[in-house]
Amino acid sequence: MARPFPPYTNTLSRVIVFGLFVSPILIGWIATAINWSPYINETNIPRNQPVPFSHKHHVGGLGLDCRYCHTTVETTSFANIPPIHTCMTCHSQIWKDSPMLAPIRDSYASDIPVQWTRVNFVPDFVYFNHSIHVNKGIGCETCHGRVDEMPLTARGQPLMMAWCLNCHRNPERYVRPREDVFIMGYQPPENQLTLGRQLVQQYHIRKLQDCYTCHR
Amino acid sequence: MPPIEREKGKGRREEGEEKRENPGSQFPIPLHEEMDPAMDRRAFLTLLGASLALAGLSGCTLRPPDEKIVPYVHPPDADEMTPGKPLFYATACPRNGYVDGVLVTSREGRPIKIEGNLLHPASLGASDAITQATLLEMYDPDRSQQVMHRGLPGTWDAFLGEANTYMQAQRAVRGAGLRVLTGSVTSPTLVAQIRAMQAQLPAMQWHQHEPISRDNVRAGAQMAFGRYADTLYDFTQSAVIVSLDGDFLLSMPGHVRYARDYAASRRVRTKACGPGQPAREIMSRLYVAESMPTLTGTMADHRLPLRARDIENVARALAQQVGVNGVAPTEPLPPEVAEWVAVAARDLQAFRGAGVIVPGDFQPPAVHALAHAMNAALGNTGKAVRYIAPVEAEPMDQAASFRKLVQDMQAGQVQMLIILSSNPVYTSPADLDFAGAMAKVPMSVHLGLYDDETSALCQWHIPETHYLETWSDGRAYDGTTTIMQPLIAPLYDNTRSAHELLDALLVPPGRAGHDIVKTFWSGQHRGADFEAFWRKSLNDGVAAHPLSLRRRGGTELSSGASVAGQVSLQAANPTSQPGSPSPVPGGGGLELIFRPDPTIWDGRYANNGWLQELPKPLTKLTWDNAVLMSPRTAEKLGLTRQGGTPGTHPESVPVVELRYRGRSVRGPVLILPGHPDGSATVTLGYGRTRAGHVGTGAGFNAYALRTSDALWHDDGLEIVRTDDLFSLGVTHSHQTMEGRDIVRIGSITQFRKDPHNPDGKEHVPNKPPMILPEAPPLPPSEYAWGMSIDNNVCIGCNACVVACQAENNIPVVGKEQVLGGREMHWLRIDRYYTGMDMERPTGTYFMPIPCMQCEKAPCELVCPVDATLHSDDGLNMMVYNRCVGTRYCSNNCPYKVRRFNFLQYADIAPVIQLMRNPEVTVRSRGVMEKCTYCVQRIQNAKIDAEVQDRKVGGDEVQTACQQACPTNAIVFGDINQPDSQVAQLKAEPHDYPLLAELGTRPRTTYLARLVNPNPEMRAE
Amino acid sequence: MAVEHESRQKGLNPPEPVLLPGQTYASIDEQISAIVLKRPLTPGWLFGTLLSFAFIMLLTFTIVYLIARGIGIWGVDVPVAWGFAIANFVWWIGIGHAGTLISAILLLLNQKWRTSINRFAEAMTLFAVACAGLFPLLHLGRPWAFYWLFPYPNTMALWPQFRSPLIWDFFAVSTYLTVSLLFWYQGLIPDAAAVRDRAQNPLKRLFFGIVSLGWRGSAIHWKYYESSYWLLAALATPLVVSVHSIVSMDFAVGIVPGWHSTIFPPYFVAGAIFSGFAMVLTLAIPLRKFYHLEDMVTLRHLENMGKIVLATSLVVAYGYFQETLMAWYSGDRFEWYMVQDRAFGNYSFAFWLLLLCNVVAPQTLWVRKWRTNVLWLFVLSLIVQIGMWTERVVIVVQSLHRDFMPSAWHMYYPTVWDWAALTGSLGLFAGLFFLFIRILPMIPTHEVQKLAHEREPHPERENPAAAAKARP
Repeated sequence: MARPFPPYTNTLSRVIVFGLFVSPILIGWIATAINWSPYINETNIPRNQPVPFSHKHHVGGLGLDCRYCHTTVETTSFANIPPIHTCMTCHSQIWKDSPMLAPIRDSYASDIPVQWTRVNFVPDFVYFNHSIHVNKGIGCETCHGRVDEMPLTARGQPLMMAWCLNCHRNPERYVRPREDVFIMGYQPPENQLTLGRQLVQQYHIRKLQDCYTCHR
Repeated sequence: MPPIEREKGKGRREEGEEKRENPGSQFPIPLHEEMDPAMDRRAFLTLLGASLALAGLSGCTLRPPDEKIVPYVHPPDADEMTPGKPLFYATACPRNGYVDGVLVTSREGRPIKIEGNLLHPASLGASDAITQATLLEMYDPDRSQQVMHRGLPGTWDAFLGEANTYMQAQRAVRGAGLRVLTGSVTSPTLVAQIRAMQAQLPAMQWHQHEPISRDNVRAGAQMAFGRYADTLYDFTQSAVIVSLDGDFLLSMPGHVRYARDYAASRRVRTKACGPGQPAREIMSRLYVAESMPTLTGTMADHRLPLRARDIENVARALAQQVGVNGVAPTEPLPPEVAEWVAVAARDLQAFRGAGVIVPGDFQPPAVHALAHAMNAALGNTGKAVRYIAPVEAEPMDQAASFRKLVQDMQAGQVQMLIILSSNPVYTSPADLDFAGAMAKVPMSVHLGLYDDETSALCQWHIPETHYLETWSDGRAYDGTTTIMQPLIAPLYDNTRSAHELLDALLVPPGRAGHDIVKTFWSGQHRGADFEAFWRKSLNDGVAAHPLSLRRRGGTELSSGASVAGQVSLQAANPTSQPGSPSPVPGGGGLELIFRPDPTIWDGRYANNGWLQELPKPLTKLTWDNAVLMSPRTAEKLGLTRQGGTPGTHPESVPVVELRYRGRSVRGPVLILPGHPDGSATVTLGYGRTRAGHVGTGAGFNAYALRTSDALWHDDGLEIVRTDDLFSLGVTHSHQTMEGRDIVRIGSITQFRKDPHNPDGKEHVPNKPPMILPEAPPLPPSEYAWGMSIDNNVCIGCNACVVACQAENNIPVVGKEQVLGGREMHWLRIDRYYTGMDMERPTGTYFMPIPCMQCEKAPCELVCPVDATLHSDDGLNMMVYNRCVGTRYCSNNCPYKVRRFNFLQYADIAPVIQLMRNPEVTVRSRGVMEKCTYCVQRIQNAKIDAEVQDRKVGGDEVQTACQQACPTNAIVFGDINQPDSQVAQLKAEPHDYPLLAELGTRPRTTYLARLVNPNPEMRAE
Repeated sequence: MAVEHESRQKGLNPPEPVLLPGQTYASIDEQISAIVLKRPLTPGWLFGTLLSFAFIMLLTFTIVYLIARGIGIWGVDVPVAWGFAIANFVWWIGIGHAGTLISAILLLLNQKWRTSINRFAEAMTLFAVACAGLFPLLHLGRPWAFYWLFPYPNTMALWPQFRSPLIWDFFAVSTYLTVSLLFWYQGLIPDAAAVRDRAQNPLKRLFFGIVSLGWRGSAIHWKYYESSYWLLAALATPLVVSVHSIVSMDFAVGIVPGWHSTIFPPYFVAGAIFSGFAMVLTLAIPLRKFYHLEDMVTLRHLENMGKIVLATSLVVAYGYFQETLMAWYSGDRFEWYMVQDRAFGNYSFAFWLLLLCNVVAPQTLWVRKWRTNVLWLFVLSLIVQIGMWTERVVIVVQSLHRDFMPSAWHMYYPTVWDWAALTGSLGLFAGLFFLFIRILPMIPTHEVQKLAHEREPHPERENPAAAAKARP
């Protein structure tokens, strides 16, 4: 009787059988890749802001200290966004007519706050505390990247749990002397590990892998 | 962190508005949008739906939608607040006129937690369940937000206009047609305002109506001293306490302080364990004769259940035996009663000057008079018992006053009636037709938190500001005066405080509350620097002022023989005394007893979800009231529990009809072991018709049976069984411990013999031998958190439960879910009876059950996704965001302390969200949760300490339950530090872990319950 | 045939043959593939299918509502945090046992009577496991996060918790499903080829052509086929034991009185085989009737299965006894209370019901008359199903509702949605099975033909009467 299938179906079937085994692995791998990619964790994706504020200019150029605007970073969990008042300390003098800064001036006049787009944030069930990190010698740069090189601010690091744990598990790799915390472009010394261990001792940094460290 | 001086030169309102504009950067949207009164919950929900849909769309990009972040325009002052740091302000929580000092936590300008005020004598840092729950009251979405005129929205100005015309008319007639109706008033400012009004309009009248009135107390003092006086007890001074239906642990003014003192007289330690816990192996002895089971009764060493009307007779017998002249029981005592009296009397005699007799607020004046006489005769007066001039500004016979008001209204003599924060239409006695009389009043004004039964019948309803939004003042049970400061600007623009309303009526348009109160006090202040006084008073929450008498010394009333003389004469024939109920049974039948509800009080908290769902201390009933009676009485009436009828919940109980003095209501029956026979108790406050979404329709209205001549109890009740069944949300239905080693109960004598086994039983060692090789102990860590709970002083008052609920954003689930066994309280208080006969249980014992934080936790082993595991410092962590909800951990938890979000329980009403504690994750549907030892407090303490390069102190961290506990029964801290209080308590010999035989090694351990029975008394 | 020789020598009355005479290669081939190819839609089949699809709709609706509202639509609470869902899961997994047991273990033991029933027994296994698989997913509080139970490289740098029996479950069940599937499919290949060759309708030829993976029945094919079939059988055999042992550990590992017991693994496996064979009976009896397969699924099969049911029922009974004995002997206060409560507490009716169904009723099978009474076997199989389901419910619910803290004790009342999920899963099972019998050959043609072949040389000696009947 006539064969229902042309010969090439043999090959086809072999390919299919093979694919049945390979494809799950392949799909899994692709999914993982996407999951870890900047597309998901938004690293280095500048955000549009009502006013195109440039950290590159203010920090890199003018050399403002982080704490000039983010005043509460050393004392509270929250590194505050500067009040419009802070902007106006300078911009009531310089660039005071620049159209770019109109929203700032309006806000200051009308007493209605500007709504910035948030760049760095973690989910609500993560309780991140700035003061403790800053006081234990974790540089701003370590989590926020080279802010002084960002014309428009973008997320400097993935801020995913795996990334946090990376440091929480071996702080000695990232800790720096307290005085250098606010320095951008800090070059870790060759003996970072030895120095790190020493600092971990000195600053009394302990094991930080309990869920309750961040989740409550 | 000490209370921070908050007062500013200008009125709080303006600041508040500024705060609203600048909600603090953590808010994605400006607060005033969230709080737009025009947007009701439903509107918000629709919006939410829309935004969710949007989120869904943007979800296609696998990215969260952009989040906005809003800075301040002008930075707030440092002492005003720093975003991310809590502030604490002292104020006071009023109830029935009396206030309790509180310290309120504020985050970004929002009050989120109420604690007791350490500096306030009525609190000493502790608080009670209701005070804790008043926080929710402020954020209640059902609060009245709009001036109402004859049921339609009106405006404040329109009201002022109309009110003025009436005021003018009244001025013409010297106020003859003007009536002001308030509850009991202790607020000096308010009194001053009313007096000012009276000065202008001499003929006006001020009436008082407090549903939970203390007329008996006042009348009793009248009998004893010929004048009003308040009684203060100092239980720390007392070796023998006799309570004649006096529930001083839960319902009396000052009960929080009383509980603290009482606990001090009962606490047993083999060695000193930190502050307030000296080494002592003696206990005071408590005799209680009561007409229904109360917390005080459960603590008694010798409890005597009696019908309410028999208490007076017992009081007389007792008085006779302790040597009050000219008193004798009117009828012979049954033998066991006689024995109880004799033993108690001997004990009192033995400890002259170190005893207290406490009469119940709800007992007739004669009992009070007798108690005063006994205390005097025994020389207790001036030691454990003290008398002070009345704290109320104008004590009066409120029943009479209210009756008079109704008569005047019916006679059409009332042109203008001002009702200040009271709900008489609902709470008035049934025999006075107040509602009907309202119709005859041309101008009636109601100021209240809710648009309630009364406001429905008033021409005008003015929404009232909550006390957390109000400048005011008030006095505590002992006269301590507090100037109350607001924590936040009024959430709703149209609201007014009583002060503002009266002020506006007297001098339109009236001043802001801040100015009224401050002006009054500047008038009162005699010293030089008023500002200093003002700031200090606000800061401490206690006014440094002579008005605040009885804090130290102060004017005592005459005591001793003279008092005794007066009393014995008058008390000899108390039936002639006014106010006392007819001693002769009104037509026989059962006795009906009215009592305030332990959770929603007189009904004013009926719309408070926390309180509605709070299991009542003894019945563990939620969301309803019931007809309480003893098992035998129920049996006699054929009302024993039954169920299984199709269509009803399988555990339904029969509904009965209560017929009493020609009126009747229907209510479900709940059998309460230890309730005296031949009487039935109903609690007030339920059956509201206009309470709000939460409270309306819950339970049945007992006021409908209550008459003004017998407010608290009388005979003549007839109970008729109906065919209906009703399901009650009881969270703890099993009565006994099934002989398991749960609450260890021993006597003080046995304790002195063998402190390790006070109950004289053999116990499994705390670390039982294992078949398997011992798991290695936890690795040594810097901290080891632990908790010690002293069953001996736990009075089961529920303060900790609500404190926990407020601190940890625990949702309210509603009656249906409670019926399904899904209540969410992380901390529950178990109640067990002992003895074979539930008719007369030999004892009732409470046991707070938080998570035991087992060192070898069964729950951790079985979680497939590591959502619950152990931390270095010994906490059993629960990670909500990792939980997938297999509920295996709950099955495997022997203590059943885990709670599961079977449905979406967390309330997403915007106003409620403002109340949330930002330090605690709000759990979504499908997630397990449980007590965390308030880990947010631990973590913040750690961080603060670390920033300062120091170690967290052993007693530095306080859990919410510990902080609220009136009796210091709960102590939390670091076990690693031997000097910490918890470490010392765990070293006490009678410390034991719950269900030790399971080898779970709980971090929460208990101290055995001890009793101090009188050997002379025959064992029951 | 060896078996039968002996039995005759012992002078026992000769047992029914596993294949009635008169069946030749052709007739077998013809009859079986006819069911798939020629037989028109019968109203009975149509009705059954539609009915079961109605229940599948119910299940779908329940699931949608469940995902929308949350697990709270079921009767679960604290303390009884597991309810019907888990009981159904255990029950279905149990049913899934018989298939692999028959096809793998009996194959290795060279039991001829397995041949004609193993195909649909295996199908039953697959469908039962599919139904079972539903419940662990649905009973999660957050079903959409189920994949967290699977170890994969995630941005949270977290693993599942391998100490948890639920993880073991996850792997045990999925492995079992995979192996059963392969085993079933391989057995199917030659038959599919046979059907393919008979099929007239080009679509059917295409379908069966694909299914049969180009099988031509050449010697080399058969060589590989045999070896791999036996390999798979050897692989499946330990799984039969492992799956339900591990499922039982969901309970045995817990500390709940009534769960925490070492007897559980064997006792659960026995229970599984018990209910499994009961289910095979439930299916086989109507099948042989409606499709006239009495020749291939003979009384011999039914009787043997009856015997197995009887045997496993005894093992299960022993399990009950052991539990009670140990509770008393251990002197554990909680265990002993649990036993008392089981017998006389709130759920005692369920306990006595399960004893009646699982222990008392099967004893009738000691009597050959009953054992060979097809109707009774059918009824009994249903009774056993009910009994075993009740047992699962009692183990899950009754143990939980009163454990250590009397204060936390609370009843469990199933809601309409609990029942909907259960009946829905039954519908799913039935629906799949109806499709199966229409679409695929439900009896392994080639294996039955082998039987016929083995018998060829001497049909007369088998059963002269029948032989005579066969040759008119």
